[in-house]
Amino acid sequence: MSIELKSVVKRVGNETHIHETNLTLHEGGFNILLGTTLAGKTTLMQLMAGLEKPTEGKIFFDGRDVTNVSVQKRNVSMVYQQFINYPAMTVYDNIASPLRVGRVPAAQIRDRVHRVAEILKLTPMLERRPSQLSGGQQQRTALARALVKDADLVLLDEPLANLDYKLREELREELPRLFADRHCTVVYATTEPTEALLLGGHTATLHEGRVTQFGETAKVYRQPDNLRTAQVFSDPPINTAPVVKDRGQFVLSGDVRWPAEGRYAALPDGSYMLGIRPHHITPTPARNATEIDGRVLISEISGSETTIHFAVDDGTWVSLSHGVHPFGVGEQARLFIDTSHCFLFDRDERLVAA
Amino acid sequence: MANIRLVDLRHSYAAAPRNDSDYALKRMTIDWADGGAYALLGPSGCGKTTLLNIISGLVTPSEGKVLFDERDVTPLSPEQRNIAQVFQFPVIYDTMTVYDNLAFPLRNRGVPEPTVDMRVREIAAMLDLDAMLPKRASGLTADGKQKISLGRGLVRSDVNVIMFDEPLTVIDPHLKWILRSKLKELHQQVGATMIYVTHDQTEALTFADQVVVMHDGAIVQIGTPVDLFERPQHTFVGHFIGSPGMNLLPCTIENGVAHFAGIAIETRSRPKIPVGASKFEIGVRPEFVRFSDDGIPVRIAKVSDAGRFHIVETKHGETAINLLLAESSALPADEARIRLDPAHTQVYADGWAVT
Repeated sequence: MSIELKSVVKRVGNETHIHETNLTLHEGGFNILLGTTLAGKTTLMQLMAGLEKPTEGKIFFDGRDVTNVSVQKRNVSMVYQQFINYPAMTVYDNIASPLRVGRVPAAQIRDRVHRVAEILKLTPMLERRPSQLSGGQQQRTALARALVKDADLVLLDEPLANLDYKLREELREELPRLFADRHCTVVYATTEPTEALLLGGHTATLHEGRVTQFGETAKVYRQPDNLRTAQVFSDPPINTAPVVKDRGQFVLSGDVRWPAEGRYAALPDGSYMLGIRPHHITPTPARNATEIDGRVLISEISGSETTIHFAVDDGTWVSLSHGVHPFGVGEQARLFIDTSHCFLFDRDERLVAA
Repeated sequence: MANIRLVDLRHSYAAAPRNDSDYALKRMTIDWADGGAYALLGPSGCGKTTLLNIISGLVTPSEGKVLFDERDVTPLSPEQRNIAQVFQFPVIYDTMTVYDNLAFPLRNRGVPEPTVDMRVREIAAMLDLDAMLPKRASGLTADGKQKISLGRGLVRSDVNVIMFDEPLTVIDPHLKWILRSKLKELHQQVGATMIYVTHDQTEALTFADQVVVMHDGAIVQIGTPVDLFERPQHTFVGHFIGSPGMNLLPCTIENGVAHFAGIAIETRSRPKIPVGASKFEIGVRPEFVRFSDDGIPVRIAKVSDAGRFHIVETKHGETAINLLLAESSALPADEARIRLDPAHTQVYADGWAVT
């Protein structure tokens, strides 16, 4: 099923939660909504589900106008960040509950519950109650309920956010497989860029109630149309600094300069905003690298990677590199920018070179 | 500030514990130096919260002692232990101003007002809260409130230890970076003994000088972030730290050399096999596996784009071996060979590293 939002606006009182949005999502692969808390992810999902009505605009399922169709008649499933199950029911009854509402024959219910339980590794827990399960198992139960129903639209609102790190990794691996052979449109909200990348599919980046870009996930990451998208889609945060192109050279504050070559050569002279992700600044010299000297504010070693926050004049930069590179606070450090991976944005924050 | 020692600690929630499995916390001894930054890392249910509660005095251990600077504090209540705690969710007074919130722990202890004012302003400056001081706390965002909680934890200079229990859980990822580096900076400025409890490896490894990894109520390794990453002493540490975790290849030992699928694998050292061991594995992190012209033949099963690198899942028979490939590197054809870096390849017997 395809789902189309046409000139959708959502206002609550004087506040605009969703600015005019046009977005079409398709079946196959995940459709990811990526943005910080309050960016509008949950509101968009509630509009798609029919839990909220748009103030303006229309919503279509396969071309059919569903703007005024209630949530009960839209055939959607939702999974939330909090593990929501019926506490008094067994896991079996929890999973079966959406089918019982829909008058499915008993034998078929049993079959489908067992099949879904098997996929989600819940078979040994079917007779337990949710309170006797771990967080991961509780969320699997909620996912099983969403899967058993054969919904046209599945909305997953940060379903892994409350899980332990390793469980999150495990379920993130499984999720795309779970939905791979189903005919439904999956929408997945997350605050984490890495999660979006690993889930693949398509991504809409959101900022303050606006979709800043929509496209294939890897493409949005590597070719952000605008500065906002680059900022939303970068963890740790992307470095930004004003840069001037002057007679074939780029010049940063602190007299850091490098030649404008290749795809950057054709840009007209003038002022730009530079965007460079932290992993393209490293403490070890690399090909095409430009030196930048700064004062170390803080350095973190995670075992496999080193993060260095450093200051150049009045700007703060972040470098993320492989390996262990100890630096003391306040130390003068020389780092290397891989300028072949720069993003350049114009005055209107539109991407002009990547 | 104080040096903290946990001596022969053991705890069971059962009234009459009979065997080891009745203990939520297995016997342990830990020595933490004054002014250090420590983390307790492990999944839910590993015992880290029990351990934290024993240090703070909320739980009295079944066995063993808690010493602050050699003074036995085991029977003392949390109030008598003189500690500060920051919890998962902001604990602040909404109706008070930010200033009064920060001043509260000091005024509570009868600290003279001029000293209160000095400390509050100092802490506010460190946390970039200066401009917020006269405002009511109720209007702040979740991370703003959590910053105040951190400030309240840090404001008293006379505490023995400051404990953080998953303090960044409610914070958005892009702000986590900022608060984490802030916390690290504060540790360097105030020099307090800090204990940070988390299930998040990134938070533990970036915050602490030394990390205690817990699993099933026991300590599996205590080490620096680099130790835990480069020399995991147990397969659990290899699995839990790192994303994806360490690869484990079933192996046999022939003439002191590990063999995987009939292929001799060069390891860090010749493994000395403990008597009675039954399960042997080769552990190597995805960071230390690379494509090569010779080595273990594999097929490429899956490639995931993680942005700065690709996670490549290869398979030899049924054994999956992950490796990381730089963003700009080319992927070989479906059939390929891989090599393991011997300096970072380790044999494990029944889960424990053998050297």
